[in-house]
Amino acid sequence: MAQRSRAQTADHIRHLLETEGEAIHEHASASNERRGATYAATDDIEALRTEARAIKEDAIDRLPDLIETVREAVEANGGTVYVADDAADANAYVADVVETRTEENGVAGETDTPSVVKSKSMTTEEIDLNDALAAEGIDITETDLGEWVLQVADDTPSHIVGPAMHISRAEIADLFNERFDPDEPFETAEELTQFARDHLGERITEADVGITGANFVVADSGTIALVTNEGNARKCAVTPDTHVAVAGVEKLIPTLSDLEPFVDIIAKSATGQPISQYVTMLSPPTDSPTLDFDSPEEPITGGDGAETTDGTGDPDRDFHLVLLDNGRMDMREDDQLRETLYCIRCGACSNSCANFQSVGGHGFGGETYSGGIATGWEAGVHGQDSAAEFNDLCTGCTNCVDACPVKIDIPWINTVVRDRVNRSSEPESYDFLVDGLTPDAEEGGLDPGKRFFGNIGTVAKAASATAPVSNWLADAGPVRSALERTLGIDRRRDLPTFQRESLVDWFEKRGGVAASSRRTDQAAARGSGADLDREVVCYPDVYTNYVDVDRGKAAVRTLEALGVPVRVPDLPESGRAALSQGMIATADEQASELYAAVAEDLDAGRDVVVIEPSDLAAMHREYERLLPEASFERLRENSYEICEYVYGLLENGADPSALSTGDGAEPIAYHSHCQQRTLDLEAPTVAVLEQCGYAPATSDAECCGMAGSFGYKREYYELSTDVGERLQTQVEDADTVVASGTSCGDQLETLLERDVPHPIELLAPGGRRP
Amino acid sequence: MTVDTVGRFERALEGLEVGLERVSAADAGERIERTIDEPAVGAPLPFEGVSLPEGVTTEPTAGELEAARTGVTPVGFAVAEYGTVAIESTPDGAEPISLYPDRHVAVVAESDVVPDLSAGFERLAEGFDAGRDSVVFATGRSATADMGNLVHGVHGPGDVDVIVLEDR
Repeated sequence: MAQRSRAQTADHIRHLLETEGEAIHEHASASNERRGATYAATDDIEALRTEARAIKEDAIDRLPDLIETVREAVEANGGTVYVADDAADANAYVADVVETRTEENGVAGETDTPSVVKSKSMTTEEIDLNDALAAEGIDITETDLGEWVLQVADDTPSHIVGPAMHISRAEIADLFNERFDPDEPFETAEELTQFARDHLGERITEADVGITGANFVVADSGTIALVTNEGNARKCAVTPDTHVAVAGVEKLIPTLSDLEPFVDIIAKSATGQPISQYVTMLSPPTDSPTLDFDSPEEPITGGDGAETTDGTGDPDRDFHLVLLDNGRMDMREDDQLRETLYCIRCGACSNSCANFQSVGGHGFGGETYSGGIATGWEAGVHGQDSAAEFNDLCTGCTNCVDACPVKIDIPWINTVVRDRVNRSSEPESYDFLVDGLTPDAEEGGLDPGKRFFGNIGTVAKAASATAPVSNWLADAGPVRSALERTLGIDRRRDLPTFQRESLVDWFEKRGGVAASSRRTDQAAARGSGADLDREVVCYPDVYTNYVDVDRGKAAVRTLEALGVPVRVPDLPESGRAALSQGMIATADEQASELYAAVAEDLDAGRDVVVIEPSDLAAMHREYERLLPEASFERLRENSYEICEYVYGLLENGADPSALSTGDGAEPIAYHSHCQQRTLDLEAPTVAVLEQCGYAPATSDAECCGMAGSFGYKREYYELSTDVGERLQTQVEDADTVVASGTSCGDQLETLLERDVPHPIELLAPGGRRP
Repeated sequence: MTVDTVGRFERALEGLEVGLERVSAADAGERIERTIDEPAVGAPLPFEGVSLPEGVTTEPTAGELEAARTGVTPVGFAVAEYGTVAIESTPDGAEPISLYPDRHVAVVAESDVVPDLSAGFERLAEGFDAGRDSVVFATGRSATADMGNLVHGVHGPGDVDVIVLEDR
């Protein structure tokens, strides 16, 4: 698939925002809210997630054995297992089964067409089974209502669980009225559903073969587990005498007991239901009698089947399990993509994704799969080009990390694929533009925009050194036009204003460590310090050091007022910016440099305090993949988010009255930060604000829609604004709005057209009122 | 088996808008008769002293199955936690009888109502060991949101009633 140009991408996203955005947002956000509530109400949800993941890890590890186990089990039951290498192989096998069975039953002659009814299955979407069967002259009908709507509309799924989520009721009514020309036009969901039930019911009773997917396959008993709310999978599986189940090989789990946590969690994660209406566990061929609606006078029981309880089911029944490889066995060998195979296709990553809520799965591109985990699936089953197109829509916010029932690190998979895509492109002529500014570890050919944002620290340093000239230049029309043309930076978005004096310079100028100790002693003399003997290294992240210098100053003053001496050394970048652009080699190098630079402080027992949540997230999450384990653990255990650290100081006896306190219940709106929430660090900030006399109302919008570079990119400007507006409506009525992240603050300042400081700026002695 | 478990089952079913009635075996036939809409089809009930009412056709034809408004089946066990009934794929057609008609009446012995999913899986495993290895966990009524709003009774039943045999 050819990659779209920037302008085409922008047009496509604008179109989706207008046509599908509203319906998608309504359904996806409702499912996400229900999932959140159900997770919260489930006592052992973490244990359940951990167990589910462990089972998948084990199953994928033992996959070749499980394939042999299930083959024996299904054959012992009287069925057949076929392992298909790829789409063409699987499709040819299924077509052959359909044709053979139809001929055997004498239904299909010269003029009669074999008919198949199908229950929703993303795996059969992956191999385009419907088209392949249609090409063989086989009539195929989707029976899941959403999937059938798509079949009638000749559309593709935009969501793993709710494939037609992007189409509104009114649009479905229009479509059906036009296509089926009813006596009375359809209007309500009830009328549409009744019509679909009757129409599809007829198809099912007439069908020669039923095709389903499988949510799970229990290897040692040959049991297919199907999870549905409508009941169509049951009908497709047990009504015709022939059942074909098509499943990726990764659906195998070893035993029946391994199924339990998945039955417990799949509906919770998918739709927020405690359990789905129907969890069908079939070890086909089953004892259930086949239903021949062509002979309405014949009892359904009383055939040979009624007497057969020998464990091989009704002898009239035929069952085929098609296990699809199609790249999966290679994914299993790939240390980075393997995790994708743990996916249980619940769609929780999509529902929790702010960008998905705005544009839906059609915005994420790829040939079949959609949403966060799609990048891994597309890269594995369709190849990197298919994954490349829109994996940019992952901002790395990590909302999906908390949502995923099997704890897949979806943002990391996106980072890895982005890195691989970067490496596969041809060198471009714009390299020279950023070469001087980009001392990264990447090979040539990287998109210049990515390279620019991935090296933002170097850019910021240069811009700060030349401020205010650099700011004036950056705002000038010709420069903005060049930035947009070459780097894709949208000219509608305000650029950061670089400060001439960096935080590090400011700190040195006011006397450095010695002065900080003196101030701390004064605080101790006033009795406002904590009952702790700590020292802090305040991490000057790129934005705090060169742009939001005030929040850095506020952090230093706050720590000193609470009795902790501070140092602000010039430290390397965290690598977070590089990771966002998929520049793993650069991030890896920067992580090592940063660790080396703070190693002595860690040895000296100093705490590292971080203001920018995404930098802390890099140290607490991604460094696990970039540093030796001991180094990672050491830094993680001794690094803190600024308000989390203040919370600890107050808990240890520091006096909040040394800070700028509110009137006791002073209302403010507080927007945490996506990665900060994933690290469970929203609560400490809220607690500190409350202790200091504020009554913070927190936002629950999934993400502010401007994760660092994302909102600057021309093709995503409108999407970023659309996502941001959901947050805007939650906070705009408050007199004071504070936000923890740089990009959150930038986005809110743009949308609210007023100052949105970091909470620490509100709290610092002397304070700052917006 | 404690009364609490059935109470919990009842509360879970209430949330799913599924009716639950507790009856003695002696009264079961009469109670089932009052619950069904005719025409009705059924799978034989394996509970001693309990039989299907006259109006329920067993060993139905395909035509009778298609025309039936109610299907009455026994269920192997039920899970109180979620309000789930376990329907087995038996040669007498319990699976299609529970699925095709608009109303499903599920009959379960009180002693077969287990507290939670884990206990349900223990029962499931016992069944698998005994060769009853095709089972549907049915919870509430068939539903879809694919047509814009939540609608019940899509491919499966839109009404479900559970009869608990108290002295079993």
